[in-house]
Amino acid sequence: MSSTAQTTTEIRTFTVSTPEDELADLRRRVAATRWPDRETDASQGVQLDTIQALAHYWARGYDWRKFEERFVALPHFITEIDGVDIHFIHVRSTHADALPLIVTHGWPGSTIEQLKIIEPLTNPTAGGADAADAFHLVIPSLPGHGFSGKPHTRQAQSSSRLDRCRRKPSVGHSRRPTRLQPDAGDHRWTSGALCAVRSALPTGTR
Amino acid sequence: MSTVETATEIHPFNVSIPDERLSDLRRRITAAQWPTKELVEDSSQGVQLATMQELARYWGSDYDWRTTEARLNALPQFMTEIDGLDIHFIHVKSQHENALPLIITHGWPGSVLELLEVVGPLTDPTAHGGGAEDAFDLVLPSLPGYGFSGQPTELGWDPARVAQAWAELMNRLGYTRYVAQGGDQGASVTDAMARQAPDGLLGIHLNWLSAFPQEVGAALFGGLIPAGIFKRVVITVLGAQAKKKEPEALDALAALFRRGYFVEMPEHPQTIGYALTDTPVGLAAWMLDHDADSYEKISRAFVDDQPSGGLTRDRIVGNITLYWLTNTATSSARLYWEGFRTIFAAIASGEKPAELSLPVAFTVFPGEIFEAPRSWAEKVYPNLIYFNEADRGGHFAAWEEPQLFAEEMRAAFRSLRNAGS
Repeated sequence: MSSTAQTTTEIRTFTVSTPEDELADLRRRVAATRWPDRETDASQGVQLDTIQALAHYWARGYDWRKFEERFVALPHFITEIDGVDIHFIHVRSTHADALPLIVTHGWPGSTIEQLKIIEPLTNPTAGGADAADAFHLVIPSLPGHGFSGKPHTRQAQSSSRLDRCRRKPSVGHSRRPTRLQPDAGDHRWTSGALCAVRSALPTGTR
Repeated sequence: MSTVETATEIHPFNVSIPDERLSDLRRRITAAQWPTKELVEDSSQGVQLATMQELARYWGSDYDWRTTEARLNALPQFMTEIDGLDIHFIHVKSQHENALPLIITHGWPGSVLELLEVVGPLTDPTAHGGGAEDAFDLVLPSLPGYGFSGQPTELGWDPARVAQAWAELMNRLGYTRYVAQGGDQGASVTDAMARQAPDGLLGIHLNWLSAFPQEVGAALFGGLIPAGIFKRVVITVLGAQAKKKEPEALDALAALFRRGYFVEMPEHPQTIGYALTDTPVGLAAWMLDHDADSYEKISRAFVDDQPSGGLTRDRIVGNITLYWLTNTATSSARLYWEGFRTIFAAIASGEKPAELSLPVAFTVFPGEIFEAPRSWAEKVYPNLIYFNEADRGGHFAAWEEPQLFAEEMRAAFRSLRNAGS
């Protein structure tokens, strides 16, 4: 990898490892929460009982390490596209003819939303479905989300950038028909990005 | 001592915040977790990182709450229970015998601290370029859920209910002839007072138009309409009547109705309340994002050390600290929820606002979120006795330009001084 061009298209493996003091700091902040008074009507938003129960669980019951362990067991990668590090999970099916599928999360979601669909989509026969239903899965973190880089110049974040980011064939799949499946949440970002991809695709694949 | 007597008692009040509350605040400011810098060179993504970091540095190391506390305690403060709620107020009587009693109501994200610099010019005019005949007795209450007033725990504390409480407060203070003033939420309260027309209220002055001509109000509260379409709709409705300044005012109002705080606080005050209650830096940013003009001025005060009038670093941070120490970010936001709820209920039932025949005076400050067109003020206030466009000042007019604000009060209420006596 000598030239700059090669370096920037490199795909690096990636793993998550959160320092213990960051977790301690988070727990400290959750425990030190200063609370408002109870809402005067249930329609005023997130209710005090709900958020206090959540905070209690977060500070005392929840274990990030347990999650981290499951998360890092997946094949994670980082690659720089258009000046931003893009984090993604890439799970290839054992079935050779699997259809490559890129699934984009929304806000306030993340790649965590998609973890439970990895197995059914990449290994359909285990769930009683057909080998012909298999997908190769690519699950990126949106720029500025999760472990992807944060765009830091005024040019970095626009739908056309997202568009190119999605089309870049650097994951190693050939130009095959890509099935576009907007997520149920139909989030602005996701559908915006998909829309941009869609309009850029050859007519037959839309 | 019967219960009734106890409930109408007026107690002297002093502010005294324990040291550990102040050190806890400083600790939280210092421990702030920061976002990355905005991706633009202007404020189009909101309050800028450089402004907030300078504010936090100043707040955490230079600012001294005790000076703000001393400014408050230098004035006569009181507490009295009205309609089940403790109401905090400053009450300064003029030494001039025929002073006109005036109740001024602050708004959000303001407090009585906005009004401290007008106390001198209004109660002691002879020391501030006026005559003895310009004197006012001043009553400066903290809105329910704001500052040192109690926080409502039941529904219904909308501007109209606050207005009723203010009439009771003036009555309790023994004032039988008085005037009222307000901007921002204080304008909604003052407008409601004039519609209720309690005994003794002679007239009002506003520096924010909270009542709109019917077509404008219907479009504003009728749903989310993009600015361009909104303008076309209303101009079509108003037709040939569209006067000078109306298009600009419509654009500015449409933008206000899309602004973050103006959407979130009437919708989900509790939700945003958790963030505002837990992080002082977050609270400060939310309060700074109120309007473009005051943000630019406040930003210059911190980044360039060039304050605009009374909007100095000390006063800005003092006001934010008051919200923090009284833990009123959420309760103050609920006033928007209550106010909008009342407006939507009135629209749904087809109920028209009560007729308003009392004299109304209005001053437009040029930096205000929208410059109220005279044509609108005349339409909603048939008895408009005074309308003036000041040459400087913005949303926090009394705070930023206290002398000019006091001169407006003198001019606006001059003709009412001998009325009804």
